Amino acid sequence: MTRGGKVLATRVGLIAGSVALLEAACRLHLINPLTLIPPSEMVVALAGMLADGELTGDIMQTFASIGVAFVTAVAAGFVLGAGLHRLPVVRRAIDPLLASWYAVPVFVFYPLLVAVLGLGNLPLIAIGVLAAVPAMMLSTLVGLDRVPRVLRKAARMHRLGPVATVWLVVLPAALPNLFNGLKLALAYAFIGVIAGEFILSTGGLGHGIAYAYEAFDNDAMYGRMLFVLLAAVVANGVLYTLEVRLNRRRGRA
Amino acid sequence: MPDQPHAVLRGVTRVYPGASPIHALGPIDLDIARGEFFAVVGPSGCGKSTLLDVLAGLSAPSAGTIRFEGKPVAGQVPDGVGVVFQEDASFPWLTVRDNVAFGLRRAGVDKAEIARRVEYAVGFMGLRDFAGAYPAQLSGGMRQRVCIARTLVLQPRLILLDEPFGALDQQTRLLMGDELLRLWRETGATVLLITHALDEAAMLSDRVGVMSARPGHFIDLVETHWPRERDSRIVSEAAFGAVTARLWTSLRAESLKAIGRPAET
Repeated sequence: MTRGGKVLATRVGLIAGSVALLEAACRLHLINPLTLIPPSEMVVALAGMLADGELTGDIMQTFASIGVAFVTAVAAGFVLGAGLHRLPVVRRAIDPLLASWYAVPVFVFYPLLVAVLGLGNLPLIAIGVLAAVPAMMLSTLVGLDRVPRVLRKAARMHRLGPVATVWLVVLPAALPNLFNGLKLALAYAFIGVIAGEFILSTGGLGHGIAYAYEAFDNDAMYGRMLFVLLAAVVANGVLYTLEVRLNRRRGRA
Repeated sequence: MPDQPHAVLRGVTRVYPGASPIHALGPIDLDIARGEFFAVVGPSGCGKSTLLDVLAGLSAPSAGTIRFEGKPVAGQVPDGVGVVFQEDASFPWLTVRDNVAFGLRRAGVDKAEIARRVEYAVGFMGLRDFAGAYPAQLSGGMRQRVCIARTLVLQPRLILLDEPFGALDQQTRLLMGDELLRLWRETGATVLLITHALDEAAMLSDRVGVMSARPGHFIDLVETHWPRERDSRIVSEAAFGAVTARLWTSLRAESLKAIGRPAET
């Protein structure tokens, strides 16, 4: 077996072992069934909800919000990061504020966002954007900072204009860091939107989990939680695969 | 060599502005003949790389004029000038072949011609077996050869090299020097080499300019009188020792000055 095959087998084994352990603990009532249902029942509950279309509306609503928040955060974070990179004095002035952005729980803006944007998806998207923008912004700044000066000189040696320099040299050179920004922005948008749905939504997966929790409907709650977990893993897996391909194109994988 | 110098520097000075302006270079007066191999040595921080930058058009001099093939150099790298930098300037996202083809594609050269010239340059630099590799898969010396090939393929008439072998071990540097001499002979280009290695300057050059400590200016110009057909075996000749000794004699006091120690009498 190749090294990659061994790693994959170990990963699958660890996950399967953990799930089997949890299943056994639930089945043997080592864990109170009112607290946690067995993973197999979560799968059955999720399959049932997916089959009868109960989740379709929530999925559409949540992922539409995450998608819009992610794209907006990536675009805004990139533009703001690139702009700040061009304005070193402004950057120095707001650097401490930017660094502390992560420490601000964006949910405190909930009343303001509802007052300004009304009830609906917009405040959720705004929370997702607010949570994800700094990651993309900082990754853009780091990426642009780390473009070796000699590559910019090489661009000048080839008499590239400003647009060609950015497109053909700066962006490809900064791509690994920009990709980190994409990964973090997706994670933060995911967290921001779903957590926001818990507190200020009348629909979506987050709201569904909160509603099921209040209704003591463990099957519905854990079924939805499993779906969110799987969606997060799949989304990260897709980005991870893209990153591996990117690195392979640079001879680093 | 025709009488008209290929590159001419007159009163070239570079001062970095700021609260305490730094006078980095000059004044420099220098004529480089067409087809000449000219090396510049000097103590650390004397402005060697600054000299290359202003000659390449990568930065503007604070005073003085630079002419290449009779035309003023101002604000951008002139057509016909190629630069190889000290640091690895290969593009990590491109294969060796695509790195080498980069400038030709930008210049709109047709595909067949690009393929022909890239194949030649890759072969010339001994990279044929690695044409599909990425820079991260190559050694430091091979990456530097990629950069030289990327410059060579543009068929520059003036090649500026800023300590291109600085990160390589001594044996590899000698061999790379041989390749550089071969490139110089076959292309007929004028070469300006910045180096901190006196033996490298003595082995490769027709003429060596010795720079003072900052602000750098030429304190000695040493002609080597080597035949055009030469290679690294020249280091075993007695005349090579004499040239190296003269370079060090000129440079020693300046090197001491650069590290803050008084010159010995």
